[in-house]
Amino acid sequence: MSTTLTKPSRPTEPASPGSRPTRAKSSSWFTAQHKLAPYVFVSPFVIMFSIFGIYPIIKSIMLAFYATNGPKSQVYVGFSNFNFMFHHHDFQIAVRNTIIYTLCSVFLQLPCALGLAILLNQKWLKGHSFLRLAFYSPNLMGTVYVGILFQQLFSIHYGLVNRVLASIIPGFSTDFKWLGDPANVMPALVLTSLWLYVGYNMVYFLAGLQAVDKELYEAAEVDGANPWQRFWAVTAPSIKPIATFVLVTSTIGSFQFFDLPYIMLGNGGGPNNAGLTIVMYLYQQGFITGDLGYASAVGWTLAIGVLAISLLQMKLTGSMKGND
Amino acid sequence: MSVQTVNTPPTASPIGRRASESMGKLIASLILIVAGVIALTPIVWLLAKTVQNKDDILSCLYFAPISHWTTENYQHLFVKTDFGHVLLNSIFVTDVTVITQLFFASLAGFGLAKYEFKGKKLVMGVMLATMMLPGQVTMAPLYDMLYHMHMVDRFQGLIIPSAVTVFGIFLFRQSILQVPDELLQAARIDGCSEFRIYWDIVMPISRPMIGAFCLMAFMGSWNNFLWPQILMHHDYYFTLPIALNQFNGMYSTAEGSMGILLAGTMLSVLPVMVLFVFLQKEFVAGLTAGAVKG
Repeated sequence: MSTTLTKPSRPTEPASPGSRPTRAKSSSWFTAQHKLAPYVFVSPFVIMFSIFGIYPIIKSIMLAFYATNGPKSQVYVGFSNFNFMFHHHDFQIAVRNTIIYTLCSVFLQLPCALGLAILLNQKWLKGHSFLRLAFYSPNLMGTVYVGILFQQLFSIHYGLVNRVLASIIPGFSTDFKWLGDPANVMPALVLTSLWLYVGYNMVYFLAGLQAVDKELYEAAEVDGANPWQRFWAVTAPSIKPIATFVLVTSTIGSFQFFDLPYIMLGNGGGPNNAGLTIVMYLYQQGFITGDLGYASAVGWTLAIGVLAISLLQMKLTGSMKGND
Repeated sequence: MSVQTVNTPPTASPIGRRASESMGKLIASLILIVAGVIALTPIVWLLAKTVQNKDDILSCLYFAPISHWTTENYQHLFVKTDFGHVLLNSIFVTDVTVITQLFFASLAGFGLAKYEFKGKKLVMGVMLATMMLPGQVTMAPLYDMLYHMHMVDRFQGLIIPSAVTVFGIFLFRQSILQVPDELLQAARIDGCSEFRIYWDIVMPISRPMIGAFCLMAFMGSWNNFLWPQILMHHDYYFTLPIALNQFNGMYSTAEGSMGILLAGTMLSVLPVMVLFVFLQKEFVAGLTAGAVKG
């Protein structure tokens, strides 16, 4: 059946003018390149990604069960990497510090970022784009340079922070130790990262606020809702997807906190390890002590912890949505 | 009389509301101004300190008198340290990284956006799954691998593993999805090869995304600290962040020689700031593109 159907169309081809044969040749090339194109476009990425993305992930699972001495020697040790980790005092301190930092950054940074975004979203406001640029500018600096700068700002006697505080608060001494006293290390780190990331998160909240349907506000206003009621009835549900995104990404980012404490406190993690984070611990163990296997075990512990917490966050915010 | 008493309450409340409204505006403006000052103060302080001599750095709170301003910190930076060499390293590594990332991300993003092919779902699924993993998981095995490939203490070790960015591919896929299929089909009928469609149609249309992506890739590479710190042992291969970290230890604060350190910091952050001022709109669009869609 099909052969008889296609047959009538074939004779017409040679019957048409002489340019036909060359076109037939080029069109077979044409269809071939069309069919091959996606493979050609995607395969460079797939090859590179397999070598430098997927293979290391698989390798790291294996490495987590080995003790290594740099890249040269490996010994299978089973679960003892994990066993040692959970009983290592430094690791416990690192986990505690990281959790404290994450809680502070989520509960301090995100409300501040949302507040600034709401204020910036007011129609009557002038100097809109300048303020947005000002708030965002810290994020352009890069964590290393922020670390260097704030180490100077927090330094005793001539540091700007102490001198300003001393002039505002009577009795505040300029030799207040921010980075030299274990009790003040975490507040200094939290304040620095507040300065650094507030504008970054604000940009996301602002994008969410600008997408809120204006008619909903007008309707709420007609119904006599005050600003507070309008926020909870209109703004909060509308920006929830983007707020969840910001919450999850900033939690993940906080768990990977490394650059700032490393720059500001040095390799050791500050006095009494007060600024030691999980990634700093991983760096110390893997690349200073040289046990890449142990570092992989720490890395996977971090990954599983982060994954569990972000799934929990998504579930919590998702279930709240279901109750609405 | 009775008319007046009826009329007064409604007029009084809008006036009261207007007063509290303008009070609210005043407070909001004050908060924004204070926050803006706090946001900008450290950066301006940095700039102010780089043009001060050793004595002023320790004694001045903020700006020194303009007659005291000096460029000696910047001169010392280039004469006494190998900042110039490190700067060239960073420019080289960042440029090559941005170009290779742009090429891989846009090409694969186009392939994943506009074609159906075998294994597409698998590739996308694996990409998504790996995005969930923090990068620190693969640091140890990647170092191990690069050691055996003789890429430790080489620029290749920085450039090649970072050539493919899953995030960048998703960004380009998102923006290329919006290119109408009819346009590509019309080009095909005119005899355009698939690569020419990518090069002459898709890339020019994606210009705003390219701007945003390049700025993000530039920032990521220029400011990258942890991986170069792990990979580079020899200071010939240092990039700006690790060199500045080293300066941070060398130029102790007490002697006031931190002017050199701060001048280096200033010059390191300047390129990103300048780029951002020109690309601000594209950048914010690119930043939020992933969030709003996802």
